[in-house]
Amino acid sequence: MLGMFGSTLLLSFREIRRHLLRSFLTTLGIIIGVAAVITMVTLGNGVTASVKDQISSLGSNVFIVFPIEGDRDTPRPFEQADIDAIGRQIAGVVEVAGSVNATGIAFHNGQDWSTGVQGADNEFLRAQSIDVVEGRPFTTEETKAGKNVCLIGPKVQAAIFVAGTSPLGAQMRVNQVPCTVIGVLEERGDGGGGSDQDNTVIMPLKTVQRRFTGNDNIQFFVVKYDESYASASIQDALVSLLRERRLLQGDANNDFNVIDTAQVNQALGAATGALTAMVAVIAGISLLVGGIGIMNIMLVSVTERTREIGIRLAIGALAREVRMQFLTEAVVLCCLGGVIGIALALVLSLGLSALIDVPFVFDPVINVLSFVFSAVMGIAFGYYPASRASRLDPIDALRHE
Amino acid sequence: MSLDAPSGQPLIQLEGITKTFGTGAAAFQALKGVDLTIERGDFVAVMGPSGSGKSTTMNILGCLDVPTAGKFRFRGVEVQALDRDQRSLLRRRYLGFVFQGFNLLARTTAVENVELPLLYRGERKAERRAAALRALDQVGLVPWADHTPAELSGGQQQRVAIARALVTQPDVLLADEPTGNLDTERSIEIMELLTRLNKEGITILLVTHETEMAAFARTIVHFRDGLVERIDRNVPTHVSAQKGGTV
Repeated sequence: MLGMFGSTLLLSFREIRRHLLRSFLTTLGIIIGVAAVITMVTLGNGVTASVKDQISSLGSNVFIVFPIEGDRDTPRPFEQADIDAIGRQIAGVVEVAGSVNATGIAFHNGQDWSTGVQGADNEFLRAQSIDVVEGRPFTTEETKAGKNVCLIGPKVQAAIFVAGTSPLGAQMRVNQVPCTVIGVLEERGDGGGGSDQDNTVIMPLKTVQRRFTGNDNIQFFVVKYDESYASASIQDALVSLLRERRLLQGDANNDFNVIDTAQVNQALGAATGALTAMVAVIAGISLLVGGIGIMNIMLVSVTERTREIGIRLAIGALAREVRMQFLTEAVVLCCLGGVIGIALALVLSLGLSALIDVPFVFDPVINVLSFVFSAVMGIAFGYYPASRASRLDPIDALRHE
Repeated sequence: MSLDAPSGQPLIQLEGITKTFGTGAAAFQALKGVDLTIERGDFVAVMGPSGSGKSTTMNILGCLDVPTAGKFRFRGVEVQALDRDQRSLLRRRYLGFVFQGFNLLARTTAVENVELPLLYRGERKAERRAAALRALDQVGLVPWADHTPAELSGGQQQRVAIARALVTQPDVLLADEPTGNLDTERSIEIMELLTRLNKEGITILLVTHETEMAAFARTIVHFRDGLVERIDRNVPTHVSAQKGGTV
């Protein structure tokens, strides 16, 4: 029986090779369907992984709070007193730290480099899980006095420092502000909204307020809370305290926004799920069209090879053997389409994930599933033509043409 | 189901075979009660004008078709009672077919064409190849084993077809106008080949409308209007023995 199956398989390959272009065009539907499904799922996984990575880089059990317009014309920034009040008054808050952002040109050793400048103290670094991989974080004195010291991101290091030499202790300048490098930050990749977390210079909050933004405003702050507390209760306390401090009465809208990283994660999961479902429907339709193409060409093939079928029946082929032959051919055709589709998907998803800058996350399940589904398509759409071939009358079939 | 024959039975027995095509007013009775017995080892030529029922009879004898009524015993088995697949198995084991149009698979080499029936017997590749080459040797075409039908002459193609019919070592070789597409010289070569095979023990049933070709047979059955008109015993005029084995 294996010999029979082997030769049936061989025959299918020979038949496909004989009509190479036709076979290729026939399987195009399957190829595109499979490639589309796998590429979309792989890219989706990559995007999810990348966003999850960004979210986890914000730290877990963290709220990010920033001002919005609310009922005003422009957002009103926070004050250091707000930050202190939250730390004092809300139970469960582990860290609360304000920050400001600016941009500047970093100079060192005759090199210049455009970079982000962030004012943040050690509390902020801890809340956001930002590690210093070389050197040290700020000292209390540096923070309190707003000294000219800085932590640099790996991209800044690569841009203006000579490779292989330690930047620690070096004097650099950001715009007109000189500073001593005391540490290098870990590599963190892209932050949300297109910012590059590695192209940054972090100085004490006070330093940046004084030398870059020129005021005592806090642009945004992070709140890290103890995980034994419910996030909703902390958030409620946070909102009512801020409303009170910002003198929002009655039904006035909040002029600040509290982002819960856990909620973002959930929303992301839901959005990804909806996208995946949509892709599945589109892919299903394209595979259905592909399957109908297979059926059509198999019917043509059966008609073309009526005489051959007659010969096979005359020399003693059983109906099920003829059916098996054509079914095998359809399945082989579909499986080839599946394999080509998988290969195409690999190329596409490697290329596209590089293009949109998300990690390439190979998903073995969707690849295996797509292949199996192609084979199932072959059986589903090859069965009718194959069964038609097997029902031919040998005498009529021999007389065909 | 046993397809094996009880001993002592004639190879082929037709009793009161009728065959009607179509129904009602359009019905056409191709066979009107054919009785015919063919013994093992005979060389039978079936003759008759077109529409006389000879092809219908051959289709029934070849287990490709079933009679409307009557009994067809092949090796003692009542074929009219068998289903499609059972008849396929009979063909696979005991029958070889040669057609007027050769009916070889295109773009498939001679040896692969000859191997085809063995494929359905589930034989191993090496055995298939050896048996196919033996059959090609019987028809003198071993040097052409790797040629496709398009590269062979009509006579050679028909000899490949004969090798394909022989490869299963059938009891009966059914040849339906095997020389219909060939010139006289090639036709005689084919007939001499069939004569030799018959001498080696295969029962041959030949359909022809050419008296010249029928003259090779030992029994000539004349059909007319769906009935056997008469049966002649014949002393074959052409004898191939002098020409040796290579036809």
